[in-house]
Amino acid sequence: MTATPLVETRGLGKVFDLPRDGFGPRPRLRAVDDVSLSIAPGEVLGLVGESGSGKSTIGRLVLRLIEPSSGSVAFDGRDITRMPASQLRPLRRSMQMVFQDPYASLNPRRNVGDAIAEVLALHGIGAAAERRERVAALLTQVGLSAEDAARRPREFSGGQRQRIAIARALAVGPRFLVADEPVSALDVSVQAGILALMRELQDGLGLAMLFISHDLGVVEVMADRVMVLYLGRVMEVAPTRAIYTTPRHPYSAGLLAAAPLLAGRERPAVQLRDEIPSPADPPSGCVFRTRCPFALPRCAEETPPLRPVGEGRQMACLRDDLVF
Amino acid sequence: MSQAPLLGLEDLRTEFATPRGVVRAVDGVDLSVDAGETLAIVGESGSGKSVTALSVLRLFTRADRARVSGRIIWRDRDGAAVDLAALDERRLRNIRGSDIAVVFQDPSASLNPVFSIGAQIREAVRRHHPRTDAAARAVELLRDVGIADPERRVDAFPHQLSGGMRQRAMIAIALACAPRLLIADEPTTALDVTIQAQIMRLLAELKRRHGMALLFITHDLALVSEIADRVAVMYAGQVVETGPVDAVLRQPAHPYTRALLACRPVRRYRDDAPDDRILETIPGAPPRPGAIPRGCRFAPRCAAVVAACRSVEAVGLEASGDGRSVRCLRWRETP
Repeated sequence: MTATPLVETRGLGKVFDLPRDGFGPRPRLRAVDDVSLSIAPGEVLGLVGESGSGKSTIGRLVLRLIEPSSGSVAFDGRDITRMPASQLRPLRRSMQMVFQDPYASLNPRRNVGDAIAEVLALHGIGAAAERRERVAALLTQVGLSAEDAARRPREFSGGQRQRIAIARALAVGPRFLVADEPVSALDVSVQAGILALMRELQDGLGLAMLFISHDLGVVEVMADRVMVLYLGRVMEVAPTRAIYTTPRHPYSAGLLAAAPLLAGRERPAVQLRDEIPSPADPPSGCVFRTRCPFALPRCAEETPPLRPVGEGRQMACLRDDLVF
Repeated sequence: MSQAPLLGLEDLRTEFATPRGVVRAVDGVDLSVDAGETLAIVGESGSGKSVTALSVLRLFTRADRARVSGRIIWRDRDGAAVDLAALDERRLRNIRGSDIAVVFQDPSASLNPVFSIGAQIREAVRRHHPRTDAAARAVELLRDVGIADPERRVDAFPHQLSGGMRQRAMIAIALACAPRLLIADEPTTALDVTIQAQIMRLLAELKRRHGMALLFITHDLALVSEIADRVAVMYAGQVVETGPVDAVLRQPAHPYTRALLACRPVRRYRDDAPDDRILETIPGAPPRPGAIPRGCRFAPRCAAVVAACRSVEAVGLEASGDGRSVRCLRWRETP
């Protein structure tokens, strides 16, 4: 990517302190470990991995909703890692978030028009009358109608509520959106509508996106590039087609092999055994080695660096001889 | 099918009394499961798929204020037919856990947090096989469901196990009675994809090894294709299509099945042009239980709707050959 990235992290890390269990040192959980990513303007980066992979934590770190323990975050060329809240506030207009659960992010007692207008007021956008017009335009833009502004969240279906959440995120004219499992709570017949809307907005508004999902099929359709995470570390990052048709990292291959498919594509025959170990006690060397069918003795000693392997792909595996 | 099925649902109706009136969640379901067979019931939320499965053993709480009617014909070990819908609670409890076992989506809700998993398995073993060495059998069952180091893990409490392990422990408890039918209600929905794949392999293997039948409830058509012999697609409390899984998925006869299959996002990579990103949706939403439309229930959302679909009283489930049935006026015209 030659263009200046809109979002860039370097060596990003997040450690959580856990409650002390008896005596001894306080246990710590390394949720995100040395993650460097960049997202170009208008680009969609997909983030996949199982629970405990750190994908949601990364989403919150890049928006600085939580503070990193190490590394840096830059937005539009400006380092925001330690930027004071007063300077960060105007930047927040440019970076917004959509969550999995639209029920939880909407106040049941307020009509949705007020919920959207509130965000505009918070950022000092427009006078009251202009805000009403803007709310109507936003609702139409997400496939609802201007009249819906007067209705309460419970009068809407799950999919419609997610549309409202998207309208609210778009209200302030962001250039970057973190979407954390935005369709995971929805029925399949509704999911595609929300995804199509997000594609359309992304295309029309040139939005950059960090698209987080455990659903590999959803990420494949949405993302330009995909980053595969395991226990807080990047295993592989590559253009979507490369990840999905020729995965290079054993974990990427194992994930794809596990995803239920209806028919059509062949999938790698890699069966992952056991389960993701506790992030409070990750394996030495390569964190994936305890589940890797191809692990070698030296995988326990060396932490494989994320290295470029051509065609815009990087991966963190010591082995070069694996083809899936 | 010459042999009588293991389980036969005939005109099953399940209603819930709610503050806003009676809601009929299952409305005239006819289904059967043969011995050793896997039937998958697939549908979206509110389709009645889980309620259908729960109705077999009336697994409702008093607060649900549920009423089950119709016939639920169970073939007992002696080959006699018993109508579970007509059994009292006590006799139904005897069948639950001795002949029919259940695994739910959330194992934490079904496991008792204050007892070790071993204690819970031993209790299930003793209840059904009082003369067996329960301790040895518990370890054996844990090994059976793929839990490594079962001698040590048997003393673990539910909170010390991962979600996948808890689901395996639940399956071990279910197997304790050597059931002839296992009802699995979205057993992998809460699990990560690699663990889901492991549990699916486990279920397929256990089914083969123990020769039990499986009633598998899911919202995911892709899982259906992996495990089921036959599939029933439910919509608004009714079965809209049923038949052998390969045939139904390859050539769906009902417009809803077709639409549901088309809803899975697909990306086709192209070298000479931008990739195709296919995102099909079904317009509208399923009817609310209190507002079921006249005629075909799917008509308001159907791409192939004609006037007759809305004007008839109701659309029946018709046999369309090769063990398939479909609830659509236009099934003969489907491509």
